Amino acid sequence: MRYHAPSSVAEAVRLAAGATGITRFLSGGTDVLVQLRAGMVTPDDLIDLKKIPGLREITRTPDGGWRIGAAVSGAEMGRHAALCSDWPGVVEGMRLVGSTQVQGRATLAGNLCNGSPAADSVPGMVAAGARVVVTGPAGTREVAVEEIPAGPGKTRLKPGEMIEAVLLPPRGAQGGDAYLRFIPRTEMDIAVVGVGVSLTLEGGKVAAARVAIGAVAPTVLLVPEAAKAIIGTTLDDAAIAALADAVRAAATPISDKRGTAEFRKDVVGVLAGRAARIAHDRAKGAAK
Amino acid sequence: MAKDETQGFRLIGTRPDRPDGLDKVTGRARYGADISAPGMLHAAVVRSPHAHARIVKIDASKALALPGVKAVITRADLPTGLTGEDWNLQENTLAGEKALYDGHAVAAVAATTKLIAQDAAKLVEVTYEVLPHVTDVDAAMAAGAPVIRAGTADHSVPEGMHPNVVKYIDFGHGDVEAGFAAADLVRAQSYKTEATHQGYIEPHACMAQMGSDDRGEMWVCTQGHWYIRRMSAAVLGVDASKLRVTPSEIGGGFGGKTTIFMEPLALALSKKAGGRPVKLVMSRSEVLRATGPTASASMDVKLGMKKDGTLTAAKVMFRMQGGPYIGSSPVGEALSCALACYDVPNVMHEGYEVLANRPKAAAYRAPGSPMAAFAVESLLDEMCRELGLDPLKVRLKNAAREGTKSSYGPTYNRIGLVESLEATMAHKNLLAPLGPNQGRGVASGFWFNHGGETSVSLAIGEDGTVTVSVGTPDIGGSRASIALMTGECLGIPYEKVRVNVVETGALGVNEPTHGSRATFASGLAAVEAARQAMAEMCRRAAAEWDIDPEAVEWRDGAAHPAGPNAGKFPPMSIAEIGAKMGGSGGPISGHHEVTAGGFGASFGVHVVDVEVDPETGRTTVLRYLVVQDAGRAIHPAYVEGQYQGGAAQGIGWALNEEYVYGADGRLQNTVFLDYRIPVASDLPMIDTVIVEVPNPGHPYGVRGVGETGITPPLPALANAIHAATGARLRSLPMSPPKVLAAIKAKAGG
Repeated sequence: MRYHAPSSVAEAVRLAAGATGITRFLSGGTDVLVQLRAGMVTPDDLIDLKKIPGLREITRTPDGGWRIGAAVSGAEMGRHAALCSDWPGVVEGMRLVGSTQVQGRATLAGNLCNGSPAADSVPGMVAAGARVVVTGPAGTREVAVEEIPAGPGKTRLKPGEMIEAVLLPPRGAQGGDAYLRFIPRTEMDIAVVGVGVSLTLEGGKVAAARVAIGAVAPTVLLVPEAAKAIIGTTLDDAAIAALADAVRAAATPISDKRGTAEFRKDVVGVLAGRAARIAHDRAKGAAK
Repeated sequence: MAKDETQGFRLIGTRPDRPDGLDKVTGRARYGADISAPGMLHAAVVRSPHAHARIVKIDASKALALPGVKAVITRADLPTGLTGEDWNLQENTLAGEKALYDGHAVAAVAATTKLIAQDAAKLVEVTYEVLPHVTDVDAAMAAGAPVIRAGTADHSVPEGMHPNVVKYIDFGHGDVEAGFAAADLVRAQSYKTEATHQGYIEPHACMAQMGSDDRGEMWVCTQGHWYIRRMSAAVLGVDASKLRVTPSEIGGGFGGKTTIFMEPLALALSKKAGGRPVKLVMSRSEVLRATGPTASASMDVKLGMKKDGTLTAAKVMFRMQGGPYIGSSPVGEALSCALACYDVPNVMHEGYEVLANRPKAAAYRAPGSPMAAFAVESLLDEMCRELGLDPLKVRLKNAAREGTKSSYGPTYNRIGLVESLEATMAHKNLLAPLGPNQGRGVASGFWFNHGGETSVSLAIGEDGTVTVSVGTPDIGGSRASIALMTGECLGIPYEKVRVNVVETGALGVNEPTHGSRATFASGLAAVEAARQAMAEMCRRAAAEWDIDPEAVEWRDGAAHPAGPNAGKFPPMSIAEIGAKMGGSGGPISGHHEVTAGGFGASFGVHVVDVEVDPETGRTTVLRYLVVQDAGRAIHPAYVEGQYQGGAAQGIGWALNEEYVYGADGRLQNTVFLDYRIPVASDLPMIDTVIVEVPNPGHPYGVRGVGETGITPPLPALANAIHAATGARLRSLPMSPPKVLAAIKAKAGG
């Protein structure tokens, strides 16, 4: 196994593109190192991104959104007051990953690239309309977060490509987001169901919304029908019920050691309603 | 009779820091994996990926060719001809003809580094012929189930049963049919519990060395090093006295470290590698796949009750699997505990032990009792509700007390169930108001406790300080408790007594720290040893004073003339006697060895308040109360710790812990991420009340306290969830999907 610590994205991409065996990018390492120790994967090349200048920074973009470097940890996000104020749902999703110790290392980009359908940070990002900056041998492109996962443990990144940063759009006025997951315990667990909701209000009604669901399909899903169910409403009980129906209809869960398909389908509807109400409350709070 | 901390004792009932505390919080304490030796090799174990498979061939040539590999062993390296439990242990240590569960060891490798050993283990080529498997206890008894090992059943099993049914037990007294006929309400229900793991934080670990002369030494994390010695010697076919076993500090055991799993592998690898020491440390996955969980159970209960709550008859039928070997399931204990809290005139118990393709079960905290309590205490709760009776009052009405003929045979001496129920009924938690979707559940529990083979030595130092050597590894604070009792007895400060857990060469045979016996039995023996030393110190003082030894008495850490007639001498302190002992007759020590009888049963009562999310089935424990008879709490903080720990493990068993097997018979949840023991934030601070009804069989009244606490949580949670939702769960765990389904079924029906 060869360990590399490149000092630029270009160098990292060059190393990755030139590698012929099993390659892993290392930022927090909270997935890669665990998989390595468990004997699930033994990379030939391990490319550490933490030494690349800028990859550990959170910056305001010219349009009023955010750029979160690929090696920024959950703990760093949680301590960034302005980011937390704009996108509490995105931050709370990331902050649910692992323990306090894991939070010191784990990253949004890593959580996305691990490809888990249950990744806690991904529904919040998808609901927020986040995009990622992907750099590879063919150059740099921007891709919607929901376009990255291809299935459990798989992404649509091409060989040699890496995620440089996550971009969040400007929050704007009267917007709010939330992420909720279901686990049988209170922490240190993996989502049995996850739901991210982001919405904006105008005149007391939902003007725009995005709803994403996790752990109920091979990838995190953006559910436009769920957004439609609440757009134009005051998020009354009927809207919440329609939202629940829409996410249940979109979910295609499996039964496994973490929960049954029937349970997941039930609970994804419950959590969607609860997350939407939290996002709604936050949007109203933001309007003050 | 709640705990009174002012009963005239100087040390007993106080809460000093534990002597091992500083080492443990600074990382200095040495656990199983913390010891290394020059030239040491590292071992890795090759494990079956199949639940049931014939081992056709093992080819280790590629592994042996890997640079750094020093030895590979298979079953062919172990002696043949073992019988009974020795054969079971050997078979479990390394599979013979068949691998009998997912994770069963089939070979082991020793190499110069752990990574090389792990790589070499992957190069050992095992050819399997996969066989049909069965992991569920009821399925394993059914016609057509795969036969795990024909001819295992003993003579107790009735004709015509499946060969996987290997043992039948029945006992009882009275006339149950007459008892049911006399009842106003008779109800029968069936229950199931899943296997759970002890979940100790420290994985199994040892370092062993053995030469071609079969003399060996081992450093090992265990609850009982004489057991490790005897079992390892039997598996390897050597004399027990050739092995010297030293216990490390122990990061939890809960019964699971009273037996061997891989220790003989380290010895055999060392011998094959020319006597180089070998370290073997299990991963968490290995611990969950291949070390002792408890049994899974399928149970039928029938109870008869009068309108006033009086129990007239009880009948239980339990079926338990404890893996692929006879004698591993605690079905006998489960039956004996099932009705132990009650004075029922007519009782009948029947049980079957069943083989299944699961790991060989080990003891787990009150083995068998939690499952039995789940079944009996759940049905009792249902019947109380049906008759509109207070479940605590019904428990009090039927409570076993001194003189009651127990359900399992013996007549109880002084026990503290009534006092525990009364203390529960007086507790403020019963007055806490409950909101929507909240419910309260109560349940009682029992464990016999144990005495067992015990050998303790005590020596007076040259400065009058005292060293106590015990053979029971300290899991729950027993060194502190034994130091308190020794200091109390000798009239010296707690800090002047050091208690060491010593190796197998230093004492006679000791049973493990099991059966909640360490503070009871090693404590009792330490007190007897102290009394011997005290008598000798009185003799030394008498000789110096030239008076009759009977004219000397011991108090406040010194010899005193017994009265004015004995003469006028200033007291002679333990320090003075110690300083002079070389010239006054030589070293002063005490020693006591005994198979301790006189242990006293411990009863407990738990009350839990829960809130259940009606839309997700998720249970939150709001409030939890443990009330239990300790006999006497030597160190109350560690008694409370045992109560809380038992409750925490029981809550995990009740709500989320389970062995999840795939259709292929492989264990699906082999790490703590998916084997869901409670995390700290899942639980409220668990309230405790120590009841003290002293055990007449111990010099200070000690009963064991370690095990009873895991028994009531299973039914208490089921009863609370029923109170909160109206849904009755009769199968554990009561995980959110099951609770939600039960709530919906109730709403639909």
